[in-house]
Amino acid sequence: MSNDRVGIVGIGQSAFRARRDDASYPELVREAVVQAMQDAGLAFDAIEAVVYSLSPDAMVGIGNAERLGVDAVGGRNKPFLRINNGGATGISSVAAAYYHVVSGMCDVVLTAGADKVGECGDSQSVLNKIWDPSYERPLPLGTINMLAMSAVRYMQRYGMTEQDMAHVTVKNRRHASLNPKAHLRKVVTMDEVLESRCISWPIKLLDCCPQSSGGAAMVLASERFIRDNRLDAVWITGVAHVAETYWMGDRMGNNPTAEHADAYALGRSFEKSYRMAGITDPARQVHVAELYAPFSNTEFHVIDAARLVERAGGSIARLRDGEFELGGRIPVNPSGGTLCTNAIAVTAMARVAEVALQVWGRAGAHQVEGARLGIASGNGGDHQIFGTMVIEA
Amino acid sequence: MELLGRQEVWNITYDHALGETASWFYTRIRDEAAIYGRRCAGTGRVLVPPRSFSDETLLPTTEWVKVGPGGRIEAFTMVYERFNNLPPPPYAFGYVLLDGADTALGGYFKGVDLTDPHAAAEKLKIGTRVTTKFAAERKGDMLDFWFEIAEQAPGS
Repeated sequence: MSNDRVGIVGIGQSAFRARRDDASYPELVREAVVQAMQDAGLAFDAIEAVVYSLSPDAMVGIGNAERLGVDAVGGRNKPFLRINNGGATGISSVAAAYYHVVSGMCDVVLTAGADKVGECGDSQSVLNKIWDPSYERPLPLGTINMLAMSAVRYMQRYGMTEQDMAHVTVKNRRHASLNPKAHLRKVVTMDEVLESRCISWPIKLLDCCPQSSGGAAMVLASERFIRDNRLDAVWITGVAHVAETYWMGDRMGNNPTAEHADAYALGRSFEKSYRMAGITDPARQVHVAELYAPFSNTEFHVIDAARLVERAGGSIARLRDGEFELGGRIPVNPSGGTLCTNAIAVTAMARVAEVALQVWGRAGAHQVEGARLGIASGNGGDHQIFGTMVIEA
Repeated sequence: MELLGRQEVWNITYDHALGETASWFYTRIRDEAAIYGRRCAGTGRVLVPPRSFSDETLLPTTEWVKVGPGGRIEAFTMVYERFNNLPPPPYAFGYVLLDGADTALGGYFKGVDLTDPHAAAEKLKIGTRVTTKFAAERKGDMLDFWFEIAEQAPGS
């Protein structure tokens, strides 16, 4: 295994919208890829392998849509690997690209993908099908009500209220208003969130992420290649993934290992990536966080799992006090996060890309002053498969 | 310029095999109006719905254990939004730890007025005692049973 570090040398992201009627699915992938290649200042010949980021096919309505992506990423005559880890797909794809480079197999790897959830328009119909046909499929399960049930357990254990949830939306919409790439950029008030229609109690419409269309791409390279070619880079210093049981009912009841109120395996994944990066006190060492949280309530348990607070549930009061806003102690989701943009196949890649831009000092109007070390995460499956990264300048 | 689209529908019928464990579980629901779990010999934990192996010990489960019909609510939600291919709202469902089980089983909650979500949430709060109700005509399915709030909590 190579001892070289792995750097991020190019980033591309669409301006995410509900629909992109001007672009077919592969054209949307290509849009992000061209941006990332221009950002890296590299020609396609430099790319040695491609990791393709694509979550469930039914969301784009194309069976094994990665086949259409091969041309869009310049994949002809190159190793090509599709990753699907549900909502975690994007960060898992960056991790797989990282493995290609850190192993010494490749010097330069492209990871890219896109989603058109707005064309599906009914993601809960698709997501109901992630439950097993033996037992749980007859129930009206979806990701919204699954995480509503996490919310009711979090409320009971830690005292979260609907007002606390609304604070998350208000914060993230304010952040998204500064990010021209974000899908939902309209600032909202507490009352607007609390008075929005109930979807799956306690989750209301404005506690939910949108169904977005757009693409993302990143170019990773070895430290040797970066040095030899005098490229600018930020560094991936921590990488981990941890999964937990499929069975939601096993995350409650008598002495569950992975409590459904929390994000247990995400916490384990952060422990591993912090250890790898040499981070011992994340609440003091992390400057910025982009944490996958598709519903307002879930931002609390991911902040807890990242140990940006001293104990589980500690995120509630600290978020209310503004610690996680731009200008606060540790801005969380300064891009507006998943709550404001969710093109599922690349959402968790956008978390990594946004943190990379932050520590690079290139985040624009939502830049966190002085950010040098950031963290990113992704959640997939039925709150089940988690990826984490530490990115440093 | 004028941008065009195409509507496509996926409509695929699958004929899933449920396997031996789930088949045994559903035939007892159909024939006995009873719910069973499987005990892990390694930890003694009773897994409901029953699984042929434990994800913790990775050993086969060894024993059928009758659970319920009483239990306590572990998680709930009330859905007010209409989704394609899902039941018409409103409805309440969630997870119940049946007496004798160690893990929670999903099912609908019936008999609760869902007009006001906050009042319904109070009725369904975590820890509330429920009982399992079975349909008079059962075909061997998750929808053959549901949960209702118990008239009186035993021991209270």
